[in-house]
Amino acid sequence: MNELLNNMQKVNTNLIQYYSIIFSIGFMIFIVELVRRKKIREEYSIIWIVFGIIFLFFSIFRSALNTLAFNLGIAYVPMALLLILIVGIFLILVQYSIVITKLTEDHKSIIQENSLLNNEFEKMNKEIKKLNIEIEQLRNINEDNNKLI
Amino acid sequence: MNKILMIIPAYNEAQNIEGTINSIQQHNSNKYDILIINDGSTDETEKIVRNIPNVELLNLKVNLGIGGAVQTGFKYAHKYDYQIAIQFDGDGQHNAEEIEKLIAKVQNDGFDMVIGSRFIDKQGFQSTIMRRLGIIIFEVLNSVLIGQRISDNTSGFRAYSKRAIDYLSKNYPQDYPEPETVIILAKKGFRITEVPVIMNDRQGGVSSINGMKSMYYMVKVILSILITTLRKN
Repeated sequence: MNELLNNMQKVNTNLIQYYSIIFSIGFMIFIVELVRRKKIREEYSIIWIVFGIIFLFFSIFRSALNTLAFNLGIAYVPMALLLILIVGIFLILVQYSIVITKLTEDHKSIIQENSLLNNEFEKMNKEIKKLNIEIEQLRNINEDNNKLI
Repeated sequence: MNKILMIIPAYNEAQNIEGTINSIQQHNSNKYDILIINDGSTDETEKIVRNIPNVELLNLKVNLGIGGAVQTGFKYAHKYDYQIAIQFDGDGQHNAEEIEKLIAKVQNDGFDMVIGSRFIDKQGFQSTIMRRLGIIIFEVLNSVLIGQRISDNTSGFRAYSKRAIDYLSKNYPQDYPEPETVIILAKKGFRITEVPVIMNDRQGGVSSINGMKSMYYMVKVILSILITTLRKN
C-alpha cells in the first residue's frame, strides 16, 4: 500500500499535460488535413475543430479545469474532462442524425424523380415509334404515287 | 370529365398485382388511369405490370417503403394535373366496385380525403385482434387530436382531392404514412370523411408488418402523430 502511494507521488503529472497538448494539436492538424484533402466537408469539421480547441485550452490551463469542476459541483476533477468529452460525442452524433436525415430525404426525392423521368422517357419513346411508323407509311404512299406518275 | 388516377403501390406483389389491375379494369372500363408504383420489388412485379395494357408504371430503383411509393404517385398526379387520386392496395384487400363511393364524396361533397373504413358497417375482414387493438389506439389518439372521429386510420383505401394531391406530393411521411396523414391534413384544414367499405384478407404474399415490426410500427406512428401535432406548419 505504502509502495503504491510512493509511486503515485513520484508520478510527474506534467507529463500528461504535455501529451494532451501534443495530442490536441495533432488532432486538429489531422482534421484540417482531412478537410484539405476533401475527406471531410468544412461544415462537418467545425464541431471537431471546436472540441479540439476546447481540449487544447484545458491542456494548457490546467487550473481552468479545476475551476470548471468546482463551479459544476464536481468533486473529482477528471470527471469534468470526461463530461466535456461525452457532451462533445453526443453533439457530434446528433449532428450525424441530422445529416443522415437530410441525405435520406434527398435520396428519396432523387429515386422518385428518376422514376417519373423514366416513365416520361418511355412515353416519349412510344410516341417516337408511332411517328416513325406513320412516316414510313407516308413514304410508302409517296413512293406509290410517284410510280403512278 | 375529371381526370382520375388510381395510385397502386406494389412491393413484391407478383402474386396479386395482375388480379388487382384486372378487377379495376373490369369494374371501371377506362374511366380511371391506373398507375402502378413498383417499390423496388425483387420479384416479377415489374415484368407482370409491363405486360398489362393501359397501365402506367413507375419503377423505383430502391425500396422506399409505402410512403415514398405513394408520394411518387401524388407527384405523378400533380405533374399530369389529375383532379382526383385514389390510393388502392396492390394486394387484393380492396374492392374495385367501391371506388365510386369514395370518388362521389370528393366530387359532390367537396371532401379532400375520403377514407374507406372497415369499421363503420363492420362487414368483411376485420383484421386480427392485435391489429384491431393498434387501430383502436390510433382511433382514440387521432380523434382526440383532431376533434373528429376517424374509425379506420390505417386504411390504405383513400380518395384525395386536387388540393390534397398537391399538398401531399410535397409532404408525405416515408413509412407507415396512413395514420399520420390524417393528422397532417386535418391540421392544414383539409376536410376528411369516411365511407364504409368491405375489405378482404390479403390474397397472397405476406403483409409488410409482422412480429417485432408491429411494435416498431406502433411506436413510430404514435411518435410521428404526436410530433406532427407539435409542428407549427
